[in-house]
Amino acid sequence: MNIVVPIKQIPNLTDELEINGDGTGLDHDALQYVLNEFDEHAIEEAVLAKEAAGGTVTVIGVDTTGELDGALHTALAKGADKAARITGDFPRGTDSHTQAKLLANAIRSLSPDLVLTGVQAADDRDGQIGPMIAAHLGLPYVGVVTGVAVKDGKAIVHKEYAGGLMGEFEVSLPMVVGVQAAHQPPRYAPVSKVRQIAKTAKIDEIAGDEAAGAGSTVRRMFKPEAAGHAEMWEGGPEEVAEKIAALIKEKGLLKG
Amino acid sequence: MAVGLDKVRPDKVTEEKHLVVEGMDISGHWNRMFEQRVIWDYDVDNLEKVTNLPGGESLGWCYGCAKCTAVCPIDIVGDYSPRKIHRKTQIGVDLFTSSDLWLCTTCMNCLRVCPKEVNMIQIMPAVREQAVLTGAVPPELQKAFEDTAKHGNPLGQPQRKRADWAKAAGVPVPIMKDLKRAVDILWYVGSYPAYHPRGMDAARAAARIFNALGIDFGILGIEEKDDGDSQRLAGEKGLFEMLAEQNIAAFGKYEFNRMVVTGPHEFNAFKNEYPKYGADFKVAHYTRFLVEHLDKLRPMLKKPINLKVTFHDPCYLGRHNGEYEAPRELLRAIPGIELVEMGRCRENGYCCGGGGGGMWLDSFTKEHTTMRLSERRVREAAEYGAEVLAVCCPFEVSRFEDAAKSTGNDKLIVRDILELLDESMKE
Amino acid sequence: MSNDVLILAEHLKGKVSDISFEMTGKGRQLAVAFGGKAVAVMLGSGAAALAATLGADSVLYVDDPALAEFNPQAYGRVLAALINDRAPRLVMVGNTSMGMDLAAGLSVTAGLPLMAYVNGLAAEGGALAATSQIYGGKIQAEAVPDGEACVVSCLAGAFPADAGRVGAGLVPALEQIASPVPLADLQIKFVRMIEPQSGDVDITQQPILVSIGRGIGGQENIELAQELAEALGTAVSASRPVTDAGWLPKTRQVGKSGLTVKPKIYLAFGISGAPEHLEGMRGAETIIAVNTDPKAPIFDVAHYGATCDMLDLLPALTEKIKA
Ligand SMILES: Cc1cc2nc3c(=O)[nH]c(=O)nc-3n(C[C@H](O)[C@H](O)[C@H](O)COP(=O)(O)OP(=O)(O)OC[C@H]3O[C@@H](n4cnc5c(N)ncnc54)[C@H](O)[C@@H]3O)c2cc1C
Ligand code: SF4
Ligand code: SF4
Repeated sequence: MNIVVPIKQIPNLTDELEINGDGTGLDHDALQYVLNEFDEHAIEEAVLAKEAAGGTVTVIGVDTTGELDGALHTALAKGADKAARITGDFPRGTDSHTQAKLLANAIRSLSPDLVLTGVQAADDRDGQIGPMIAAHLGLPYVGVVTGVAVKDGKAIVHKEYAGGLMGEFEVSLPMVVGVQAAHQPPRYAPVSKVRQIAKTAKIDEIAGDEAAGAGSTVRRMFKPEAAGHAEMWEGGPEEVAEKIAALIKEKGLLKG
Repeated sequence: MAVGLDKVRPDKVTEEKHLVVEGMDISGHWNRMFEQRVIWDYDVDNLEKVTNLPGGESLGWCYGCAKCTAVCPIDIVGDYSPRKIHRKTQIGVDLFTSSDLWLCTTCMNCLRVCPKEVNMIQIMPAVREQAVLTGAVPPELQKAFEDTAKHGNPLGQPQRKRADWAKAAGVPVPIMKDLKRAVDILWYVGSYPAYHPRGMDAARAAARIFNALGIDFGILGIEEKDDGDSQRLAGEKGLFEMLAEQNIAAFGKYEFNRMVVTGPHEFNAFKNEYPKYGADFKVAHYTRFLVEHLDKLRPMLKKPINLKVTFHDPCYLGRHNGEYEAPRELLRAIPGIELVEMGRCRENGYCCGGGGGGMWLDSFTKEHTTMRLSERRVREAAEYGAEVLAVCCPFEVSRFEDAAKSTGNDKLIVRDILELLDESMKE
Repeated sequence: MSNDVLILAEHLKGKVSDISFEMTGKGRQLAVAFGGKAVAVMLGSGAAALAATLGADSVLYVDDPALAEFNPQAYGRVLAALINDRAPRLVMVGNTSMGMDLAAGLSVTAGLPLMAYVNGLAAEGGALAATSQIYGGKIQAEAVPDGEACVVSCLAGAFPADAGRVGAGLVPALEQIASPVPLADLQIKFVRMIEPQSGDVDITQQPILVSIGRGIGGQENIELAQELAEALGTAVSASRPVTDAGWLPKTRQVGKSGLTVKPKIYLAFGISGAPEHLEGMRGAETIIAVNTDPKAPIFDVAHYGATCDMLDLLPALTEKIKA
């Protein structure tokens, strides 16, 4: 089975995010970029699928940081077999539409049976790349998936709805899956192993064409008001209970 | 080679009917010899798996004297020691998959007494590295590895906040990048002092003391990363090497005469391990460094602290690096303090449980022992009537404070020596 | 292009999801500004009655056996055909489990810009501006589509639901049609629904958590927390001292050496807020802390706080919830 995992680098959210001078984007250069955490799950699910059914896993991404190789080496250390990097004039924070189109063009020639990608990324302002790749390739897509099992040219996927309810779908391959969570937590790639691989791994380089563009323009970026310290409620248990109950109700979390 | 459990009978006996050697008649049974027999009574596969690893050899040297069992801190709250691990390999336990692999804190008390120099400080990292490569690692520890790899510290805090603690120090804490000049002392702060609230208290105290002493110092701020030594001992050698390279590169950017570190683990790393990766600088733990300045410091220690204080020797300062006196000298310099020693102190000091990766194996260790080592230790402190448990390792404040609460010894005050000095310097 | 707003209504297990009403209400407002109509679209099989609850200007109900359950491919095809047909100014889809399968794909097939994670929509002088909540909620981005028409995917809870329910005065025209595209040859087949497993509670999956710390005092008080959790239909989670003591199973521990949880509401009662604990619950949407110590660090991360005794509060709150 030929499994492809498209990945995306995003700013490290544990960092303080700073907005750029004209207030329309992030100050990308000040940020550290990491692999989208859902992509980590996609890689894990791909490796699990390979371990279960055989095949090869190819990890591919648009190099928006010049540091994609680190993520690719890590994926190889986790069990991926091949890695490819799409290069071109694609800066940090390149929109999803552009990345999806570049990825779809590169993936087409790999004729995959299964494309597993993270269900979303924290910077998907113009949408998730999974369904876009599927649309470009004319393949079926199911997202918010927590488990993929492949058998006889078909995939059984579990899609999560709210409150733990799940829908089971049977999909004939090839297909694209948006992975919410692998059925095991992503494995840790020991740095010892990543370092070994970095010395020997071969990464295919694909030249990307022009950017597709997001189709919309950010005019203003801002931070929501910070929380800081809790808003304190005065009063005894009765009053406080009243306030908590009201908030639970407001959030629609009352049973029945 | 493996043979069953049956005792092997000698299958060949030689006996000369007539034999005279150097004039001595040793005919007949006097010269009877048994052909040497194979004396392996046990399956040695599990042992050889360990001893075949570079670093794992010495487990094979154990001859079962049990000196180590008497001193191993884990044996007091469980069933553990090098001898027991050696013995278990004979009865079919595979150390690579056994929970025993993760309990040793590399405290080094066994090595201190072992006549055969069975060296857990080398055996454990060697075997653990194999487990790490295959991913067979307890999840808490794996998270610490991941956090260290991702954020440069095992607490998972953002790298760019590494110097934020300094804002509340109340004194200048110069950052090398801004200072743009050589300093006398490069102070390596360390991850716990930089990020853990109780560690920050000690870091701020240190900053105030250095300022009061007029030390010309600077810190690396966000260019500093975890030393990685405990991760190495826990089996992630690659991570350690990566951090060592990054830190050595950061140190190399600046000029300084000597480095001072807050923590014993970092001290061990920079003194004994980093030189293997090309580091070349002098380093001192803060206790020794401050003792050098005691003449100047002593007159500043005006406010008496009228409490009974006991001191916990950090394994990586004491046994690993032979420093027992400096912390005590500092404590004795504080007016009012009555220093009491616990039974297990100095060379035989008990372990807090945080070394060798234990810091990130809290739930795992708890599951396989009857009590946390930190809990055993605060009980001991309380038994000796101490009101304050003084420490000088940033791992320990949070461990002991937590343990004091969980064992009902809430009254026991846990303080870094830095905090006690700082307190005594207050007007 | 028309000036209409097309809203995809969702339903699951015979119930219209709130997001549908939320978007319908907002969609109507926007349609007025555009000078068009708000058209709610519902896809289903024998579900016309559900469609009739939507308070749009008109409701288009597409009936086909293949639409009995959500199917991303069937939904995608039908919507693409409708968009092609009607050329709406704005397409609104939920940024939900269902909508996330559709919006980005439609954006590509229909060639329309998409703005996702939207929690604010305004039509200024007839021009649309959408605010997206991105980077894990840390940043808001206000954007305008490059052309006139676009797709937005809206976050649940961003707009009031009541404005989108059928009610006072508004009786939408309900038009029922058959699927405009063939749905016989789908590669995706719905197999079954899997209900959440009962028995072993998974605290990471609860929308609300009653979390208790050492402030609970002793095992005998655990039932106070359990009663509240029961009334809320959730489980009790805890800080480490509580699970350490064996008052609750280890599977309930939140924090560094326990589980990481992200509920909508996290009730932290008698928890001091040690960093090891915060590590596991910081991501909760709303944190309410109750602690007798006004200086407890938990108040630095909580959104709301109170300093009363949790042992008095627990029964009082249980009663209010049950009422
Ligand atoms: C390596 C390591 C790993 C750890 N992992 C975890 C972990 O995964 N999860 C975790 O939770 N902890 C963990 N800890 C422990 C952590 O440091 C704290 O000790 C622990 O979280 C404290 O729990 P607590 O807040 O319940 O207790 P305390 O800190 O004792 O707080 C109890 C609080 O209850 C308040 N209180 C008392 N009575 C009342 C009352 N009647 N009404 C209202 N409030 C009251 C008090 O004011 C106090 O603030 C870890 C520690 C270490 C060192
Ligand atoms: S002290 Fe050394 S030789 Fe003696 S039992 Fe322990 S490990 Fe073996
Ligand atoms: S190093 Fe310490 S913990 Fe490890 S076996 Fe030896 S005495 Fe026990």
